[in-house]
Amino acid sequence: MTCKNCIGKPVIQLTNNNVKLCKNHFIKYFEKKVKKTIIKFNLIEKDDKTCVAISGGKDSIAVLNVLSKIKGKDKKFRIEAILIDEGIKDYRDKAMKDAASFCERNNIKLNIFSYKEEFGYTLDEILKKLKIMPCSICGTLRRYLLNKKARELGFTKLATGHNMDDEAQSILMNQLRNNMKVNARLGPINGIKKDSGFVKRIKPLYLMTEKEVASYVFLKGFNVRFAECPYSDVGYRSEVRDLLNNFESKYHGTKDSIVNSFLEILPMLKEKYKEESSLKYCSLCGEPTSKEKCQACVYVKKLTD
Amino acid sequence: MVNVFIEKENKNVKAEARTVKELLEKLNINPETVLVTRDNELILLNEKLNNKDEIKLLSVISGG
Ligand code: SF4
Ligand SMILES: [Zn+2]
Ligand SMILES: [Zn+2]
Repeated sequence: MTCKNCIGKPVIQLTNNNVKLCKNHFIKYFEKKVKKTIIKFNLIEKDDKTCVAISGGKDSIAVLNVLSKIKGKDKKFRIEAILIDEGIKDYRDKAMKDAASFCERNNIKLNIFSYKEEFGYTLDEILKKLKIMPCSICGTLRRYLLNKKARELGFTKLATGHNMDDEAQSILMNQLRNNMKVNARLGPINGIKKDSGFVKRIKPLYLMTEKEVASYVFLKGFNVRFAECPYSDVGYRSEVRDLLNNFESKYHGTKDSIVNSFLEILPMLKEKYKEESSLKYCSLCGEPTSKEKCQACVYVKKLTD
Repeated sequence: MVNVFIEKENKNVKAEARTVKELLEKLNINPETVLVTRDNELILLNEKLNNKDEIKLLSVISGG
């Protein structure tokens, strides 16, 4: 039993095609596939200035590493990292240290913003004040800050660590709940018009499975914690995740099929929901939103009332 | 018997299994959700296990 490309000992078997690869060939395969994903979906163009939203977790570290490798040869390619410190004791502070030392070693500029400074409270404090699902407020505030700060810093693309498993789960969840409008916002690249105040979001790991990403990070010897947020409430998502993993181990290539068939209908979804996602600007903060007030301002108002 | 460290639950268990696949089946763990390592190296599902092997299961899922 050897690697498909050499006589080395295989360390991974890819589930979509049963190919076995040794450490070096898997790392090559991974980096090449991410680069191909970027080209295939035109995620990064020549004049783009890209920043990677990092959490210190495995996915965003993998994105940052592959992008900084691509950059290595190209002087025009600009890349920095951005990290949002929600203020989650014993969780984010540890991940932040990993992220900061990774950026330092790789000579990548790291921009840090915190809920405390931007909204007046840490997430821990917010959740003591408001009875609210942690992830819905946390996700809203994070997306808000990432977009605002990325734009203010002059970035034209915001790369995130979403992998194929995340995407397949979202696609299926939205379908199971008849939420096709939300599905119209998925895909490897999104963002409405240029100059709309929205920085386009890109997902370079779109075609990599969670296990492949974890394997890559492990084999590269990066120091990331595979820890979960103490507030993580992934009830429905984790059921869908289990369902997909059970299917994947029985019928190899299931996640791949879900994502690829979704890509076929995505242009039609985007066309259909084009009008509904028409853009307004928040009457309180001026950030782009689809309503009169943006959701972040609605939450912040609740906090100060 | 192999010794297994399950990182996610931070616990050690012992199990009787001839291959990685059999081990995961016995522990009721989906192979998609873990990296299986021995001596700090990734091993495949069909890898033979030996008595007293030290196996680590690292969770691939990171939340948040
Ligand atoms: S799991 Fe939820 S609460 Fe924790 S960081 Fe993610 S969105 Fe925020
Ligand atoms: Zn090889
Ligand atoms: Zn607002």
